[in-house]
Parts: sequence; structure tokens; C-alpha cells
Amino acid sequence: MKSIQTHPFNKKLRIREAFIEGALFLFALLSIAITVSIVVILLRESLLFFESDEVTLSGFLFGTKWQPMIGYFGVLPLLNATLMTSLIAMIVALPLGLAVGIYLSEYADEKFKSVVKPVLEVLAGIPSIVYGYFALTFMTPLLRSIFGDDVVQMYNMMSAGIVMGILILPLVATMAEDAIAAVPVELRLASYALGATTLETSIKVVVPAALSGLSATFLLGLSRAIGETMIVALAAGAGPKMTFNFFEGAETITGYIVRISGGDVSYNSVDYTSIFALGLMLFFMTFTLNMISREISARYQTEYE
Amino acid sequence: MDTTTHFPTGKIAHERAMKRKRVGYVWQSLFIFATILAILFLAILLISIIDSVFGYTVMADTLPLPTLIEGRESPDELTREELEFLIKENLSPGMLRKVTYDKTLEDRDVTDLKALVEQYVIQPQVLRTWGLWASLTEQEEIGRFAEEHPGSYIIFKNWMTPSFVIAAQSSNPLIAGIRTAFLGSLWVLLVTFLFSFPFGIGAALYLEEYARKTRLTKIMQLNIFNLSAIPSIIYGLLGLAFFVRVLEPFTSGAIFTAGEATVANGRTILSGGLTLGLLVLPIIIINTQEAIKAVPDTLRQSSFGLGATKWQTIWHHVLPASIGRILTGAILAMSRALGETAPLVVIGASTFISVDPTGVFSKFTTLPIQIYQWSARPQGAYRNIAAAAIISLLVLLLVVNSSAIIMRDRITRKKRLER
Repeated sequence: MKSIQTHPFNKKLRIREAFIEGALFLFALLSIAITVSIVVILLRESLLFFESDEVTLSGFLFGTKWQPMIGYFGVLPLLNATLMTSLIAMIVALPLGLAVGIYLSEYADEKFKSVVKPVLEVLAGIPSIVYGYFALTFMTPLLRSIFGDDVVQMYNMMSAGIVMGILILPLVATMAEDAIAAVPVELRLASYALGATTLETSIKVVVPAALSGLSATFLLGLSRAIGETMIVALAAGAGPKMTFNFFEGAETITGYIVRISGGDVSYNSVDYTSIFALGLMLFFMTFTLNMISREISARYQTEYE
Repeated sequence: MDTTTHFPTGKIAHERAMKRKRVGYVWQSLFIFATILAILFLAILLISIIDSVFGYTVMADTLPLPTLIEGRESPDELTREELEFLIKENLSPGMLRKVTYDKTLEDRDVTDLKALVEQYVIQPQVLRTWGLWASLTEQEEIGRFAEEHPGSYIIFKNWMTPSFVIAAQSSNPLIAGIRTAFLGSLWVLLVTFLFSFPFGIGAALYLEEYARKTRLTKIMQLNIFNLSAIPSIIYGLLGLAFFVRVLEPFTSGAIFTAGEATVANGRTILSGGLTLGLLVLPIIIINTQEAIKAVPDTLRQSSFGLGATKWQTIWHHVLPASIGRILTGAILAMSRALGETAPLVVIGASTFISVDPTGVFSKFTTLPIQIYQWSARPQGAYRNIAAAAIISLLVLLLVVNSSAIIMRDRITRKKRLER
């Protein structure tokens, strides 16, 4: 009693409270630990990969052949297929997503929104393996019936890319809508007061004002496309191939990782370490895109506050 | 200055205004078209899957019944003695021992025996399958196909049957089912939840209630965002190197059951569940943070004002006020885990498994992996059961997600009544 009186404002040290705070801090630290262990593990196994006799760094980065069986470890075919499928996905998802975003934010009434938004949520909630099945059993036969069986291969990047675009569409649409809706209403009112139509206001005033948010959307969508796995594993073909023909099959980085690890690989083999080197590459690509996207959207949030 | 030279008036102005309006309408319809296209995609996706679940199938028996017993067309016409005779006569001794191992023929009832005869004696094979749409439009071609293959017959098959849900995984698509995968999914989900839920809430509580705005906090926040956006396959690589390899004695259960060495060598439910736990952890943290942020500060201050400690405030006021939204976020994260395929394939769960999991140290397969394996096979019938498995998965996801919505509604309603 006396001690409290002499130090009326001293915070009493409560062991239980301090213990709980410490434990919760450790829980939060776990998220950092995950990132650190991802980087450490990817780096360690990648080092083993580059230490093996058949692999050189320049051969890895600039080689145009990926055939581990006979000692070719050039990442370009895999990277090329990843970028090509992602490109198709972005060509599908970006205009469509932007159009949906503009429509939902600038035109649609609440009733229409209450129909479309759940649909987008359902589309976003469907597992990617289902999209993979869809690409293989619907999109590929469709493409083959349009362009001919001899033009379109059974496994092709086009089908995988288009379906990947559909997968990313809800993400792009919702993020685009958020970015567009964040533009202050005063800008629109000013534009209307000058006599602009809704379209002119949307395209010439609102969208340019939301451009930073939209580019963040684009980058995040691209990052998602690059890391997407099951669609390309099922529909884009197994077997690395350096080709720029969208209708041919070519294995992507993720597709290769899934195929190799799906079989029984022995630890310390080059096959095993190679998937970590590819994982490291994937990690860096998506990490960079995510961080730039985050930086852009953090900046534009302060712009209008 | 004469403004008329700059601003057209009269007819020209009217025409320009009309033109701008028309352009506006054209673009507006393009925007609507894009939005409807998004809805259409969902419809096509669902229809194309349902299409594969029903349809005509051309089958042929390996040993047609009339060649075994004359005058009998279907197993339904056989007597008990004939069924037993057929089984004893046509099964190899090893197979017979396997079949009679858990139940002798005498103990089995007639339906059971019929199923055995179908499976082991007659052995129907699928020659080709058609989807629902093709079954309606291409009947001539189907008939021609059946005629080209003597001994074959056409049946209209529904692949999504109750027995498909109950049956274990098998290499024969006609008797394969999803029980093994379904149980595997539930086990993995249990581990994922038990791991990620407490850690996720704890981390979110620290970041929202305790953390001061230091550099470390900022890094943590940025890091959580990044973790939520890196590809799931990277988590698979982490799980493979860490849970499957480094922690093998633990995840294979070897240090717990010294005698009973499991063959799973670390590729167990425990490894899978923990890998997915890491994957959904950032999602749970972010959702929980949102939920805690929504709790008004006045609630905390009135609790502090009454002399409660920080933890008492959190435990008795902040958590109860936000638990509905926290649970909703957690369940949505679980539905993400339920559909995840790539990380589990990478940690090596993609092997043929037909034994039900018995615990966290079992080898396992999950519904999405099963769908992946079946889809990847070129033969027709596997595509059909893959579609049936997809329907099961989507129904399961629907149940999980709607339970989240119902729970959120119920908790908020209860709170409104209390007030």
C-alpha cells in the first residue's frame, strides 16, 4: 500500500501482462522468420545448384536450352514461357478488369453492383486447379476448333494464358474499382460542370487521376500471373521449349517445379536443387513487383488525403 | 473577342453534342459487355464442369456375362450360388484370398457379391465418354462408335454418385472415389487451422494493440503484405526443404513412435498442414487486423478507465467485440487452404494413395491433388471423375464459405439483441 502511495504514477510490473506481450511479439516475429527462412532455404539450395559441375551462372541466365538430363541448364525457355503466358493473361485481364472497374465505379447502380460483386468474389474463390481443368477440357478444344488441330497443339500457352487471365480478372477488377473510387468526387463534379459527359469524365479525368493505383493493380496482377502454377502445369505442356508461338506447348518455371517435385526426386540431386534456384528467381521477380506495387499504392493513398 | 469562332453554335454544336453522346453510349455498352463477360465466364466454367459429369459412355466387358453362363444377360439375374461360383472360378488364388480376407464369401450378401462379380469377373472397361451436350447432339456418332466396337454397349452415366463420394481412391475410374482425398483434405485443414489461427490472431493482436510505430513494426507490416502476395509454390519449396527434410524425424512421427516407422518420410499430413498454415498465416493476420481496427477506441478506454489491464481489456472487450469478423476471416483463409494444390504437390503429396489417413503422420492426398492427378490423365473417364471431384470440392467450399457468412450474421445479431 505504501509503495503505491509513494509512487502513485509508477506503472506496476505485471509479470503475466509482460509475458503475454512477449509471447504475442514472438508470434508477430514469426512472419519475419518465415520470410527469412524462405530466403535462406532458397539461397542455400541455389548455391548447391550453382556449385554443381554442370551449372554455370551465365549458362543458367543466358542459356536457351533446359535439359537437365544432358546437362543444359539455360533458364530462358522456362522464363520465356512464364512471361508469354503472363502476357496473354494480362492482355485478357487488364482491359476487361479496367472496363469492369470503370463500369462498377462510374456507371453501375447499387442493384447491379450487388449482382456483379458476388460473381467476382465467387470467381476469385474458385481454386486455380479448377481453372486448370477448365483450360484443358474447355479452352483448348475451343481454340483447336477455331484455329485448327494442326495449328493449336494439345498443350499450348494460349489456352493457359487466357484462362489465367480469367483467374486474375476479379483481382484486377476489384483493385481497379477501388483505385477509381478513391478519386475525390470534386474532380468529377468539376468535369461535369465543364460539360463533359460521363465517358469523358471517366476516361480523361478519373482514370488519369487513378493511374498510380491502376499501375499498382497491373503489377500485382502480373506478379500473380507469374506465380500461378496449376493452370500452366495442366494446360501449358510439360517439357521446356524455346518458342514464341503461342499455340505451342512450353513449360513455365512453376510448371517445371511442380512436375519435378511431383515425381520422386532424391535430395542433393541437381534436379532437386534446380527447383530451388528457379524458386529463388520466381521469388525475386514477384517480390520486386509486389514491393513496387505496394510503394505506388502507398504513394497515391497519401496523394488525396 | 468574338467567341463564336471558338465555340460552334446551332446545328453544328448540336451535332457535336450528339456525337459525344453516341460515343459515350458505345463505350458504356462496351463496359457493360465486359462486366457481363465476367459473369459469363463463371457461367461457362460451371456449365462446362457439369457437362462432364453426365453423359453417354461406351463400355465393353472384359469377360461378358453371356460367355460365362449362358442365357444370363446381367448380374441381377444370377442366383447366389452362381455368383459365388463365378467368383471362385475366375479370380486368381491370390486375388481370392485378398477378397475373402476381411469377409468370406458366405458372409457377404447378394448385392455385395454382385459388386464383386462386376468388379473382378466381368470387369467393364470404359472405351469412350461424352459430355452432356455431346450426348444430346452427337447421338449418331456415339451409336456409330459403339457399332465399330463389337461387344460394346452404351449407357447414360452419372459420374457424381453417392458411391463416388464414399468410395476410396482406385486406379479404376469406374470404382474410384474421393473418400481418401476428402479425409486427407479435412486432416490437413485441421492442422492448418490449429497452427495458423492462434499464431495469426496473436501476431495481429501484437501489431494492432501493442506495437509502437517503430521501424520493426513497419517492416513487419510490409513483410506480411509481401508474404500474402508471393506465389504459393514458394511455400511448397519452403515446406519441402524445412518440414519434409530438416524436420523429418518430427513430421514423419519417427521420434514419437520408435517402433512403428512410417513410410511417409516426412511427406505427411503434418508437413502439408504446416505448409498451408504458413501460407494462410498472413491472410489471417491481415483479416484479424482489420477486425480489431473496427473495434471503437471508446471501448478500450472505458475498460482502461475501470482499471483493467491491457490484456484484460483485449480478452474481455476487444476480442469478444471482433470475434465474428475474426472467425469469418479465418474461415475464408481456410477455404483458400482447401483449394490449394501447388504447395502440396511440391512437398510430395502427389503420389497414388488409396489408404485412408489415420492421423497426422499418415501419407495423404487431398481433393485438389486428386483433381490434378485425374485431370492430367489423357483417358476419357478420368476427366469425368475429375469433374465430379471438382463439383464435390466446390460444394465443400460453398458449405465452408456460407458457414462463415451465417456465423458472422448470427454473432452480429446476438450482439444487437444484447444491447
